[in-house]
Amino acid sequence: MLVFVIRRLLQSALVLLAVSLVVFAGIYAIGNPVDILLPDDANETERQAAIRALGLDRPLLVQYGIFLLKAVQGDLGTSFVYNIPSIELIFSRLPATLELAMCALFISIAVGIPLGLWAGLRPGTKTDEAIVTGSILGFSLPSFWQGLMLIMIFSVTLGWLPSNGRGATGTLFGIETSFATWDGFTHLLLPAINLSLFKLALMIRLTRAGVRETMPLDFIKFARAKGVSETRIVLAHVLKYILVPIITVIGMELGAVIAFATVTETIFAWPGMGKLIIDSINKLDRPVIVAYLMVVTLMFIVINLVVDILYALLDPRVRIKGQTV
Amino acid sequence: MNSEISPTAPTASSSTVDESRLRMLWREYAERRGAVVALIVCVVLLAAAILAPIIAPQNPYDLSVIDIFDSRLPPGSVNPAGFTYWLGTDGQGRDMLSAMIYGLRLSLFVGVLSGLLAISAGVTVGLIAAYAGGAVDALLMRVVDFMLGFPAILVALILLAVLGQGVDKVIFALVMVQWAYFARAVRGTAMIERNKEYVEAAISLGLSRPRIVFGHILPNCMPPIIVIGTMQIAHAISTEATLSFLGLGLPITEPSLGLLIANGFSFLLSGLYWISVFPGLLLLVTIFSINIVGDRLRDVLNPRLQK
Repeated sequence: MLVFVIRRLLQSALVLLAVSLVVFAGIYAIGNPVDILLPDDANETERQAAIRALGLDRPLLVQYGIFLLKAVQGDLGTSFVYNIPSIELIFSRLPATLELAMCALFISIAVGIPLGLWAGLRPGTKTDEAIVTGSILGFSLPSFWQGLMLIMIFSVTLGWLPSNGRGATGTLFGIETSFATWDGFTHLLLPAINLSLFKLALMIRLTRAGVRETMPLDFIKFARAKGVSETRIVLAHVLKYILVPIITVIGMELGAVIAFATVTETIFAWPGMGKLIIDSINKLDRPVIVAYLMVVTLMFIVINLVVDILYALLDPRVRIKGQTV
Repeated sequence: MNSEISPTAPTASSSTVDESRLRMLWREYAERRGAVVALIVCVVLLAAAILAPIIAPQNPYDLSVIDIFDSRLPPGSVNPAGFTYWLGTDGQGRDMLSAMIYGLRLSLFVGVLSGLLAISAGVTVGLIAAYAGGAVDALLMRVVDFMLGFPAILVALILLAVLGQGVDKVIFALVMVQWAYFARAVRGTAMIERNKEYVEAAISLGLSRPRIVFGHILPNCMPPIIVIGTMQIAHAISTEATLSFLGLGLPITEPSLGLLIANGFSFLLSGLYWISVFPGLLLLVTIFSINIVGDRLRDVLNPRLQK
């Protein structure tokens, strides 16, 4: 297990290095940030001073070297726009995004798995067809348009829920969260639903497919022959069996949810990482873009690692040290 | 059911075999009426997109026919000249229905073209990996894993941030995020196919490598390509719309459905719903019907689910 983890960590470091090179080179090709930061009436001396101050006068390779050296020390440059360390900026936005992503995932699991079970246990019926069609509709709905419709219905027409911002946050168990206040909770609701819908559809399909493939298997027949109640078969045997692929997907989807949060955050003006990256792209805030990508890459690597380990724990067949089951 | 082309199958009769197989597939496909309706919708939308200059009531690009005084009219309004805006007008006084038909034309163009390019790129990589094996295969699949490790929307977003706006750039970004899916699927199928007898027969006949790969293995890898291709086109249309909505996709001069919706966003809060609701509905119907067709194709073409 240890060897496995170490090997995976080394691989991850390599990937991270490759990404940093690609990203740095790619971002370097975007327009000149000096033009955007300086006022129009700035003279040549001021321009040169700004270029020197930002370190843009040195060759690309040197810039990359400096960037890499600082990156290992946790310094990914200072935001051109906010003038604070970009890594700090991103981490200050991270909790809002994580909260949103977690809520969205929770909704999709809590609603999607039961619906998927329901449909999978009754294949070919009207209910099944309705749920399946609903799930296709769910992932056909462009996320941003669905968000607009949520705003239109619940904020503009009905006036029930606020449509932008995060609202007041409070501290709960030492974590700053929107759940602590009613205002925060109402602000969280629409963005979380918006973000969850796509994954909800995925959960339904995954669970349904899993149930349909599991039901004809021998161990289910055996459990039935043993006289185990149908409820217990579904909840204990089937669910446990299909949970492995579902957990893998949930893990992998956490990253996708965080990426897709860029869209949700833009629509609902949610002050998270996603909105930050869109703003930074528009303002060509290079250090923030690079730092965002490094943080996200790192996050993906960690998520994949955790999923692999969880996988090994849940499914005895993939356990690295072969124990007798 | 599995009508595998046997190594000795004479080419003369293969066309009739294909025809009856196609008819059989169609009969199975048509078992779900919803899927047939979805297919009809797809065809109608495609026709509308191609015939846009003929069927659209107004040319939304022609500034001489657009009157700014007609802006933000609700659906069903009639202007002084007697022209009816069935779906209302947008902020610049364009007829929404016409703008939507032209938007659909652009969205479908981007989606289908990027899908086809991604298929060619992905299939080529997948076949090379499967047929070459060894280090080439390992390297190519590492790249594929790397690409699939990141969500498509994120990669496209970054690419467009670097490249800037434009139809060609959006198509390039969409191809970049899609090809890996095809590469992986094709490699998987091709790995199984290349060990079958008909390939052995082709090799012993002394056929050239490209001919074996593209003429013999590729046709047998088609089912998954068709299914993934359909789904990916829907996905590409959706991704393009999302990127355009975020202001990173198509330029404002070429309004796709996503851009029309984005334009309507600012009016939405003041209750002018039609500017973003109708293009959104059209986008939804487009993606939904393509996905339904793809879903049905998957069931029909998947040998594991066949009775």
